[in-house]
Amino acid sequence: MAEAAAAQPTWVLLAYLIAGVCFILALRGLSNPESSRRGNLTGVLGMTIAVVTTLATHPIASIAEIIGAMVVGGGVGLVTARKIQMTAMPQLVAAFHSLVGLAAVLVGTAAYLNPEAFGIAVRVTPIASPSFVSIFPQSRIEMGLGVAIGAITFSGSVIAFLKLNGNMSGKPILLPLRHVINLGTLLAILLLIAYFTQDQAPLIFGLIAALSFAIGFLLIIPIGGADMPVVISMLNSYSGWAAAAMGFTLHNTAMVITGALVGSSGAILSYIMCRAMNRSFISVIAGGFGAVASAGEAAAIDRPYKRGSAEDAAFLMSQAEQVIIVPGYGMAVAQAQHAVREMADLLKAKGVTVKYAIHPVAGRMPGHMNVLLAEANVPYDEVFELEDINSEFAQTDVAYVIGANDVTNPAAKNDKSSPIYGMPVLDVEKARTCLFVKRSMGGVGYAGIDNELFYRDNTMMLLGDAKKMTEEIVKALG
Amino acid sequence: MDFISILSIFVLACFVGYYVVWSVTPALHTPLMSVTNAISSVIVVGALIAAASLQAPPDGPPVYPTHPRPCLTSQGRPVDAYSDIPIDCDAELGAGTPAAAKPENSPRGWSHWLGLIAVALASINIFGGFAVTQRMLSMYKKRERKDG
Repeated sequence: MAEAAAAQPTWVLLAYLIAGVCFILALRGLSNPESSRRGNLTGVLGMTIAVVTTLATHPIASIAEIIGAMVVGGGVGLVTARKIQMTAMPQLVAAFHSLVGLAAVLVGTAAYLNPEAFGIAVRVTPIASPSFVSIFPQSRIEMGLGVAIGAITFSGSVIAFLKLNGNMSGKPILLPLRHVINLGTLLAILLLIAYFTQDQAPLIFGLIAALSFAIGFLLIIPIGGADMPVVISMLNSYSGWAAAAMGFTLHNTAMVITGALVGSSGAILSYIMCRAMNRSFISVIAGGFGAVASAGEAAAIDRPYKRGSAEDAAFLMSQAEQVIIVPGYGMAVAQAQHAVREMADLLKAKGVTVKYAIHPVAGRMPGHMNVLLAEANVPYDEVFELEDINSEFAQTDVAYVIGANDVTNPAAKNDKSSPIYGMPVLDVEKARTCLFVKRSMGGVGYAGIDNELFYRDNTMMLLGDAKKMTEEIVKALG
Repeated sequence: MDFISILSIFVLACFVGYYVVWSVTPALHTPLMSVTNAISSVIVVGALIAAASLQAPPDGPPVYPTHPRPCLTSQGRPVDAYSDIPIDCDAELGAGTPAAAKPENSPRGWSHWLGLIAVALASINIFGGFAVTQRMLSMYKKRERKDG
């Protein structure tokens, strides 16, 4: 609204614009690990500018309470950030997303209850009746959208958090007629937002919020554990759009720019994750992946396979020229990353070239494996992405697969009936020997499908806990 | 700033975001998510406005100067769906005086408390998000050269 923004002096508009630019630079810094740390500090600077500008330009009668809220929140945030295990990053990010969503709902509700404070309403005094506050119709749409997206982000992230944290089964929960219910609810929300411009009754506002909370919940429960990297990226995107919608309501450029950045970031990550699983975004959202395949779990267990010991593995690897380590989420669960790095160090001391190959969906969020390896002091220039290293397996003596399963499954290349058919996978079977660390032969991967690789001639199964097995190899090498 | 200006900023920022995010190395996708998380908490701006806000009673004088008043912009776009209701212009012109803006005497409404909660939530995200990103980024190290 021109009138509302006109109340802000030029320097305020400039300050918010600078904050927005700082956020762009923060993301730009992430193109390289070297520049990333400075980028992050630029982001902190941008946030400081935004907060200080806001505090400086609004009459504030309750600064002590506000600072109190910031100290409490900031303290919780800092302690969490320090204590959190790197394996638990996906849960943490999901929890953080839910907070952005909830904050958006609260801000939207506050703006609805007290629109004059946000400069988005007029007082109307009809003849012979009490005056009332009328929110600009355009602001009502922006507010409605902001609250709706915020609520979806919140309830969706809560479900994602519960699934990732193991409080809720990763299995998809499939309601009958769920597509009809979901589409109907989404349509109802849009119609309510349209009607909201005609009638700003609390009932309409409440219905928009309530239905949005419900749809966030309904959208995520049918999505299986294997698709969580997509979900978490998607929720990242939503939290951005929620911030952008609020930015439109408040005519705040910093919020609009940030919302657009975060929104596109999440969307791109979702796209990368979908591509890495050869799944369309629509099919992920529709959910249900993994439900059918798990039925065949018991089928293929009694096939012959070659089993090896830690000593065999140590011998094979110490004789090799090049070893490629393929880590997956199982490595993180077993906390084996430090043992893996020790093993790599010993091999390097023996003159073996060691590289790491990472599939985009190894781990439970984009880039998760890279963080876990970095935590174990693996230099980032030894870690390679799928497209960069896949051609090297053919010239590699040993592929050491630890905690990864589905991302190495050759069925993705040659079994049209497999649910993961067409997904790009790491060609570990092309290495002279493939060492596959696995707890037992019984279990199946996260996607719930059997892996052809276990029964190949050049595969040696190392059955046992990933950490113990690697430690034993370390002992045998030393 | 009018709607079109903000929309332009938004659309251009989407393109900037698109190119900037594609240039992020895949190894840093997790820090990317945590830092985008932190910066999307810029919503704290809205939370601060709400937390600082004061609620005027609906029938009392406004706390905030209310502009534009419908009577003054009658030839502009319709202010509201209710704009066909005949408006008491004398009351309008009298009520909008900023003289009523005495923040410390005005009551605090729900929006103040909701705003405070939102400030706390967003602060968790801002401090936690930036801190955890910094913690992750500090772990990324290059290979040590043996010949040093």
